[in-house]
Amino acid sequence: MIIENISLNRRQFLGGLLSTGAFVVASRLVPEELCAQTAGAAIFNTKADTASLHPSVYLGIETDGTVFIVTHRSEMGTGIRTSLPLVAADELDANWNRCRIEQGVGDTRYGDQNTDGSRSIRDFYDAFRVAGASARSMLISAAATQLNVPASELTTANHEVVHAKSGKKLGYGALVAAAAKLPVPKAAELQFKPKTAWKFVGKERPIYDLNNIATGKAEFGLDVYREGMVFASVEHPPVVGGVVKSLDDKAALAVKGVSQTVTLDAPKPPLLFQTLGGVAVIGNSTWAVTQGRKQLKVEWNDGPHANFTSAPFTAAMVARVKQPLKVARNLGNVDTEFGKGGKVIEAVYTSPMAAHASMEPPAAVAEFRNGKAEIWCPTQNPQAVQDTVSAALGIDKKNVVCHVTLLGGGFGRKSKPDYAAEAAILARKLGKPVKVVWTREDDIRHDFYHASAAVYHKATVDAKGKPTAWLQRSVFQPIGSTFGAPGPLDFELDLGLVDAPYDIPNIRAENAGADAHVRIGWFRAVTNNFHAFASHCFADELAHAAGRDSLEFMLDMLGPGKVIDLKAQGVNYSNYGADIAKYPVDSRRLRRVLEVAGERSNWGKKKPGNGWGIGIAAHRSFNTYVASVVEVEIDAQGRVKIPRIDQVADPGIVINPDRVRAQLEGAAVMGAGLAMYGEITATNGRIDQKNFDGFRVARMNDAPVQVNVHFVESGNLPTGVGEPGLPPVIAALANAIYSATGKRIREMPFSKTKLA
Amino acid sequence: MVNLTVNGKARTYDGDPDMPLLWYVRDDLRLTGTRFGCGAGLCGACTVHVDGQAVRSCQTKMSTLAGKTVLTIDALSTNGTLHPVQKAWVTHNVPQCGYCQSGQIMSAVALLKATPNPTDADIDRGMAGNICRCGTYQRIRAAIHTAAKERA
Repeated sequence: MIIENISLNRRQFLGGLLSTGAFVVASRLVPEELCAQTAGAAIFNTKADTASLHPSVYLGIETDGTVFIVTHRSEMGTGIRTSLPLVAADELDANWNRCRIEQGVGDTRYGDQNTDGSRSIRDFYDAFRVAGASARSMLISAAATQLNVPASELTTANHEVVHAKSGKKLGYGALVAAAAKLPVPKAAELQFKPKTAWKFVGKERPIYDLNNIATGKAEFGLDVYREGMVFASVEHPPVVGGVVKSLDDKAALAVKGVSQTVTLDAPKPPLLFQTLGGVAVIGNSTWAVTQGRKQLKVEWNDGPHANFTSAPFTAAMVARVKQPLKVARNLGNVDTEFGKGGKVIEAVYTSPMAAHASMEPPAAVAEFRNGKAEIWCPTQNPQAVQDTVSAALGIDKKNVVCHVTLLGGGFGRKSKPDYAAEAAILARKLGKPVKVVWTREDDIRHDFYHASAAVYHKATVDAKGKPTAWLQRSVFQPIGSTFGAPGPLDFELDLGLVDAPYDIPNIRAENAGADAHVRIGWFRAVTNNFHAFASHCFADELAHAAGRDSLEFMLDMLGPGKVIDLKAQGVNYSNYGADIAKYPVDSRRLRRVLEVAGERSNWGKKKPGNGWGIGIAAHRSFNTYVASVVEVEIDAQGRVKIPRIDQVADPGIVINPDRVRAQLEGAAVMGAGLAMYGEITATNGRIDQKNFDGFRVARMNDAPVQVNVHFVESGNLPTGVGEPGLPPVIAALANAIYSATGKRIREMPFSKTKLA
Repeated sequence: MVNLTVNGKARTYDGDPDMPLLWYVRDDLRLTGTRFGCGAGLCGACTVHVDGQAVRSCQTKMSTLAGKTVLTIDALSTNGTLHPVQKAWVTHNVPQCGYCQSGQIMSAVALLKATPNPTDADIDRGMAGNICRCGTYQRIRAAIHTAAKERA
């Protein structure tokens, strides 16, 4: 477990660390009081809690038949706020129009709330089935008594209990009072609907907030206004760890609407999600405080990270990754194989830092009253808000109420609630509600960045053109650094470094952490992005070197397919926090998505050339299997157009197909944009990019034109789709560019390589 | 003193003439449908209409709005009837997180006004100023074509 690696200077952060560890295996994902009525212990009572029938923390039914379903996971665009309630409503046989969704506050009674790691469906599918089935069972029991018939003669349909023999029907609302007197059934005794009876799961359903979004009514974090609220904008130290040396705020205070400035303490290591420190400008409008900030004269003591400059830093990572590093996986003996005199191929791939740049910058509103903090913010993890705010204010976690608004994007950034802590600290200091607004420049310059990396590959291929030894090494800025760990946390290696599922007798994986210098955090798909870029481009390189078709070569590398037993190879694989027995690394499923991708994309039908090319890659991440086929057209000026991407996914049972497609479409766009343009650099510890002019993201005119999504119906347990669509796109795009031009790109972003 | 009309209502503004329209509609009028994305005219999340033209409200100073008519997403649908572009957005399930979509919709409405039957290239040109980080561009394009058909 990662905890052992981390120096915990501040004991109270232990809880926070657990709830923030994206891939830490939580000891108890689903609360044991799941099936109990627990309104009394709530931090904040929902309508589900106070409803007459309340069989689960996630569900309640009123006597008028209204069903309240609580989503405790955050909505940042995946559709989870709709999908989990659909699972419960399906088991309940509810009329969806009579279901109301409530957003749960941060509260451990819901189980884990850190909405990242593509695991909301994986970890809570069962819990929401139980919630729906419990209520249904109690309603049926109540109806059996009322109609004086055996429960076995009763069925349910569309918000009613039905007795087919007599033709009698009883609405759910009318049964609630009687059902509420019954004990909540044990989960093990519940009968779930057979797949053939599913009404919502597997069917298309618009997201709950669709109309509100289309009409501008949807409420994001930035849209919260409280009575008597003031605004704050914070000038953060330009270098992480910097402190205020001198401050002249006279000109700032002279700006109309600015009332005062507040100097915030610099964080003590480990950084965790603490505030960065700096100077907050307080005033009566967003405009006033952002204008006031421009008038601040601050001198900083930068601290040790002012020596961080990206180009030499990357060069050092590249030099290091060519040397032997700490071994994380060792199967067979690659050195012996390399020494046999066959053809050995090696390559180094680099990937820069990137910013999440969600369209809604970080923002939070906080009030502090009678020793209690109340926060409204767009957060992926309201329990981390509780932990961080409770540590910052020295109050009990139970006295922090975190209301979760809709998130204008998250991508991992909004799991890290430094901005919420800023609002809470200021609210207590000022004695009034405070809204902290981060500008886009704040967001780009003070992110928890996606790590930069250098990845080295070496392999040898036998006479039949199949690899017999595979060595990969990775050096990157570890997320562990943010938590005070001396190097990468195990889970960072588990994402595409130690889990290569190949049918190769000799495999070795090695790694080392680079100094972080900035805050490093998880970004959509995390270290998979650079590991997948390197691995699947390298596989393509090997295929071409062997004179073989890339798809055929990749399938051959996987062999006939099997469950890969990493434990037997001495790898303590965290498997995205999932039980390896239920969610094994299964190369047959990876084979299958590759095969389907070949079929659906007409792979091999058209000969590359004349500026047209096609590339393929497949990657397992977050327990889901995705293959991507990318087509490119490259004009005489070397401009890359992406007319088509095919995404083939095996995520097991699909809850809401339209939203799964949307995630895979979006991942293709974000992946292509990241690969082509995404780059954050530092000079003397300061981030060079400030806004969307410097940090380029995909736009309508350069995004993939058509993304086709296909599912492989495996019937396996449902797994996540938020992230897995991204990693294979990066490699498939590089492979397509090679196919079109013969130029092998080993450096992200690809736009740095001249193609004309 | 600036007299203007916002969503059909006459308004008077006497604050900082340099304040962008974005913060006037959001902080002063609490019309929060218009989103803050970049503050630099780079992302389009704050797009509104001034006298029927799509503008970036984060780059539009209040001093330039005397006698002007402003329309924000909050009043695009009338009497509960969605605008054809909003309808098309719903039909195609365009939004993911939804944050940029107010601006996307306002840009699309202006695009269709100027170019009732846009080609893909027209859409690329007309919408290139609106960033969607979730990557909904393909559905936006489809929705604009649908809205164009419905209005034709």
